[in-house]
Amino acid sequence: MRHTQTRDRLCGSIAGFFVSGGMMESDMAPRARKARDEANDPSSLVVHFGADKPLRLDAGVALSPFQIAYQTYGTLNEARTNAILICHALTGDQHVANAHPVTGKPGWWDALVGPGRAIDTDRFFVICSNVIGSCLGSTGPASPNPATGKPYGLDLPVITIRDMVRAQAMLVDALGIDRLFSVIGGSMGGMQVLEWAASYPDRVMTAIPIAAGARHTAQNIAFHEVGRQAVMADPDWNGGRYFETGKRPGKGLSVARMAAHITYLSEPALHRKFGRNLQDRKQLTFGFDADFQIESYLRHQGITFVDRFDANAYLYLTRAMDYFDLAADHQGRLADAFAGTKTRFCVVSFTSDWLFPTAESRAVVRALNGAGASVSFVEIDTDRGHDAFLLDEPEFHGAITGFLDSAARNQGIDPS
Amino acid sequence: MSVNNTPRVDLAVIADLISPKARVLDVGCGDGALLDLLEHDKGVDGRGIEISQRGVNECVARGLSVIQGDADSDLIDYPDKGFDYVVLSQTLQATRNPKLVLDQMLRIGDRAIISFPNFGHWRVRLSLLLKGRMPVTKDLPYSWYDTPNIHFCTIRDFVHLCEEVGATMESARALDANGQKIGLSMPWWFWNFFGQQGVFLLRR
Repeated sequence: MRHTQTRDRLCGSIAGFFVSGGMMESDMAPRARKARDEANDPSSLVVHFGADKPLRLDAGVALSPFQIAYQTYGTLNEARTNAILICHALTGDQHVANAHPVTGKPGWWDALVGPGRAIDTDRFFVICSNVIGSCLGSTGPASPNPATGKPYGLDLPVITIRDMVRAQAMLVDALGIDRLFSVIGGSMGGMQVLEWAASYPDRVMTAIPIAAGARHTAQNIAFHEVGRQAVMADPDWNGGRYFETGKRPGKGLSVARMAAHITYLSEPALHRKFGRNLQDRKQLTFGFDADFQIESYLRHQGITFVDRFDANAYLYLTRAMDYFDLAADHQGRLADAFAGTKTRFCVVSFTSDWLFPTAESRAVVRALNGAGASVSFVEIDTDRGHDAFLLDEPEFHGAITGFLDSAARNQGIDPS
Repeated sequence: MSVNNTPRVDLAVIADLISPKARVLDVGCGDGALLDLLEHDKGVDGRGIEISQRGVNECVARGLSVIQGDADSDLIDYPDKGFDYVVLSQTLQATRNPKLVLDQMLRIGDRAIISFPNFGHWRVRLSLLLKGRMPVTKDLPYSWYDTPNIHFCTIRDFVHLCEEVGATMESARALDANGQKIGLSMPWWFWNFFGQQGVFLLRR
């Protein structure tokens, strides 16, 4: 395997826009073009795994060759005991605490990760990798299929949460790290945290699954299916072979993002932010333009999303979440997934999160207690819904700080 | 423990009953004062359950393994004999089903430690006798209609409950208002009259 770091490319700030009847390669916004570059030739660190190191997928086939794009922050100490792996959510990426190479926005967990923050990069060596199946530099449906030289599209085998974790374990191996001080993540990242703890209990000292669950519920699968159908109903999706036509299914993916975005918020938060306020107008237009601020907001969310995300990757990652059911992998007994574990857990949920409600976290806590594991569980009181895990929530950050501090003390981990 | 304003005079007595390095579950651990004491002084492997989210968040922020939960409904999730000691301090009288809670504690733990305010204390008796109203004292400051303490008992009542659930008493103490052990060789009636709190070490 070889490590490469390509030049850090900054992106322009020109907003993306829609062209009715599909987006041609020629009028593709610079951001979208940049996003496509990042998919194959990322500005992150990259580890390439050759034919000698295939990734064995749950689908029963091997993925080879493949690559993982990742970022690191802080310094690995001499004993190699201070590494923290952060697992990103569905549409997240490895850019936890640095400006995003496509959008230029601050890192998605800037509030939590950095010098002196809850996940203190003066003390810990933080790793975050783009998951397999995504589109920011790790192998996914937008990556070239070595058999054809063209993007995989739907020829990429279906990826699971366990596959993502297996790939991350290969990355951690490649970095020469045996045990991770902590594995931390929210939402889909939290699923990966639970999978890490179940698959590699001896390699995980502490685990912090946030706003997550040990399975995707029927309701969650339903929302994902709406999103996938929106993508696939866009004629420009072209059976997943849109790279060949030069048109991208921007409308479908945008609708998928709009629907999903609603599930990340809460009704009180929406009401507080938008209410029934009108967008740049004094009265209703009696038409189907975006009269309400909430409509305008969602459209904006949809449009900006398609510039930075690959439609097929969206299909693969939503599928991975749908397939996740940790109890089913252990004959229906979730506690068995954690039998004999020495890992210390800190489970976090948010009161207004209806995508991964507290009951899902509580089921994990119950199973961990049943397995005799060391577990803390905090439910943070907030009206900001599922997305609260990305936001500045002092009580949440306080819990993470306290938990990591005491665990680091127990393990004798000093600043690097 | 977060149930009342009772000064935690029972903490030192409870800590005395626990052997070093033991596995301890503190049910109703409040802000984690006992767990903190036990982890620092006795090196125990401590866990807690606390009903108030605020208490839980405080505990986790100070590095304790604590979950939000309810003694009445959540003890059932723990495996048999998963702990050396299960502690219920100043919380028994606030549970919906004290008998079931005690039963679960004896199942989960090798030993159970229970402390509770004694409703047979002379001040309580005197208050009811003279005023004819439900006692409101410095330590139990609630009126009858808003009290979380729904199942008060006396030391004698508790001894009866122990017999009913088949618990063996390994040690019993009565404490005065300052947490001092009173009259170790005194008969039950004396404790039941002068004990402000009862602290029991049980096993089955």
